[in-house]
Amino acid sequence: MLYLDHAATTPMRPGVWEAMAPYAADAFGNPSGSHGVSRRAKNALEEARERVAAHLGCAPAEVVFCGGGTEADNLAVKGPAFAAGRGGVVTVATEHEAVLESARFLHRLGHPVTIVGVDRFGRVDPDEVAAAVGPETAVVSVMAANNETGTLQPVAEVAAAVKAANPKTAVHTDAVQAFMAGVDVDELGVDLLTLAAHKFGGPRGVGVLYVRRGVQIEPVLHGGGQEMGRRSGTVNVAGAVGMAAAMDAAAADRERFAADVAEARRRFEAALVGKAERTVPVDHTLVQHSHLRFAGVRNDTLLIRLDRRGVAAAAGSACQSGATTPSHVLVAMGYRPDEARECVRFTFGWTTRPEDGDVAAGIVLDALEANR
Amino acid sequence: MRVLAAMSGGVDSSVAAASMLEAGHEVVGVTLKLWSGPNGEAPTAGCCTVSDAEDARRVAAQLDIPYYVLDYSEVFMDGVVERFVADYASGRTPNPCIECNRTVKFSRLLDHAAELECDLVVTGHYARTRLEGGRWRLLRGVDAAKDQSYVLSMLDQDTLARVRFPVGEFTKDETRRRAAELGLRTASKPESQDICFVGNGDYRDFLRRVAPETERPGPIVDTDGRRVGEHRGVATVTVGQRRGLGVAVGEPRYVVEVRPDTATVVVGRREDLAVRELVVEEISWVAGEPPADRDVEVQYRAHGEAVPGVVGGSVVTLAEPAFGVAPGQTATFYRGDEVLGGGIITATR
Repeated sequence: MLYLDHAATTPMRPGVWEAMAPYAADAFGNPSGSHGVSRRAKNALEEARERVAAHLGCAPAEVVFCGGGTEADNLAVKGPAFAAGRGGVVTVATEHEAVLESARFLHRLGHPVTIVGVDRFGRVDPDEVAAAVGPETAVVSVMAANNETGTLQPVAEVAAAVKAANPKTAVHTDAVQAFMAGVDVDELGVDLLTLAAHKFGGPRGVGVLYVRRGVQIEPVLHGGGQEMGRRSGTVNVAGAVGMAAAMDAAAADRERFAADVAEARRRFEAALVGKAERTVPVDHTLVQHSHLRFAGVRNDTLLIRLDRRGVAAAAGSACQSGATTPSHVLVAMGYRPDEARECVRFTFGWTTRPEDGDVAAGIVLDALEANR
Repeated sequence: MRVLAAMSGGVDSSVAAASMLEAGHEVVGVTLKLWSGPNGEAPTAGCCTVSDAEDARRVAAQLDIPYYVLDYSEVFMDGVVERFVADYASGRTPNPCIECNRTVKFSRLLDHAAELECDLVVTGHYARTRLEGGRWRLLRGVDAAKDQSYVLSMLDQDTLARVRFPVGEFTKDETRRRAAELGLRTASKPESQDICFVGNGDYRDFLRRVAPETERPGPIVDTDGRRVGEHRGVATVTVGQRRGLGVAVGEPRYVVEVRPDTATVVVGRREDLAVRELVVEEISWVAGEPPADRDVEVQYRAHGEAVPGVVGGSVVTLAEPAFGVAPGQTATFYRGDEVLGGGIITATR
């Protein structure tokens, strides 16, 4: 089986499960207690927080562990908006549903919300974002890299333009897809940043929201006041430890990853010239994303043929029943629904070898061949 | 062969898929997502609900076959729902399940199956097929009470060559027993009777929502043209209907005619319902051409008897008068257990 859906989730990095296991077994303590069992868990949690902070270039106290990317996005959008009373939100049409639906929810509650469009490649114009920012804008959310197309947004430029328009507005970036590309919060100039462990070789069910010191957020989950009051609920210690371990392993592997994945992708796309076209030029996307349009071929049909041949890829977003629907990302980029239905996402990952690009292309060609 | 099993999440299609697997075929399960309402609401009944798709998915996992949900909502809206609404608006009584067979399952899905590299489509219909002397024959299912051949009269040689109905060889009890033996979770699942996109079992509510224009009140008149009452819209009545008219004249009164252009409903005695001729359009023949001998038996509603008649062009002449034949319904032509063909009743006289 050739797994080319690493943007959906990627296998755990070696050593991660082993690092987590003690905190699911002997060291099971609730880090909030005062006895020895708790202390051991608390120590592991705080050590994990320090390691995560080091990767983000921030202070440990600015790291909030939570239940994953969706939860972190909810907190990042709703948190500042609620903290400001009825604070406004500015975001982009191609954001993940976790951001867009949070913004739409706030809109229903009466918060001012602006959704900015994108160009043909899915890029937002920083000036257009800044122009939408007003005195009431509590948060601007612009993703680092798109989950479907891999399109990189000019986050640093957006942050600078937003701060020039309103220094009090918090800038959030959903960096769930972008860990391998680097996520230094000061380089990006952001106040809030979302990560999910399972996208870079950690476990499911744990994520982080970076919250820059001084940024006011109202919690989404109210309760016992864990994570300095920003995210209540008994902290998932094993998950936090696994996330830190995965970050260490993934960060140490960045150069090799970029080289192998780029080579696999290059070979893959070279073999498909004339059959498929990239929706976004290489230099505007993550290195691991090959988002292709196969003119005249329906993506659900192609995906089923690929599944039969042992290649796992994806299209658009899956609804609850699993039927593929035209992607809101591609619609925002100006594709008609029938054109959007011709696009397939192949995403390479840390287990990909360069020659996988050749193998995958051969299988895609075979699947297309049968179509005629 | 590689087989595409259309799985609704019910017991019949579950056993159909399992039977093909037992017979040594490579089976791929699919559920068609036919409907998400005008506001995207999830349907509450029938083969496209989330829970039914989930049952199909779990059965497929149990059988260890690949499984996919295919989005057919556009073709279903265009081919089935719009015609359903238009038929009611014009005073007809449509059968959307037959329309779905005609425009979705045994046309688009058959083509799609070929694209998905499948040789056959399998469904859970209670009907049988036979290949004899190079010709395909379509027969009633073994279980007379469950027979669904009435809704399959649009099948022709080309489609019959590419479909299989494994449970048509079983009684419903046998189907359930097989499901139980295989430990399928759908073994004792109750039958769904509702129209899948209507929900809550009331098509009138559905019409009111999606086509408020069908809710045009008008007069109820008797066969002499005397006004005897008022109805709430032509789409709310069906030819042959007796109850719920709000007309009290001592003896039973039936809807005998619906005139959509003037929004008039005509009621009469049972004998006024009697018809001897059916005008049938869009006729198709299983053999590809009409039989030399035009004497057939005609079934004009889903659970009715087949009565003797003669097909002459688009006019079917019945040997005995029939009562309560609603335009919009399908006339299926039989000879004994064998389906010869059928079409849509557009008028009666």
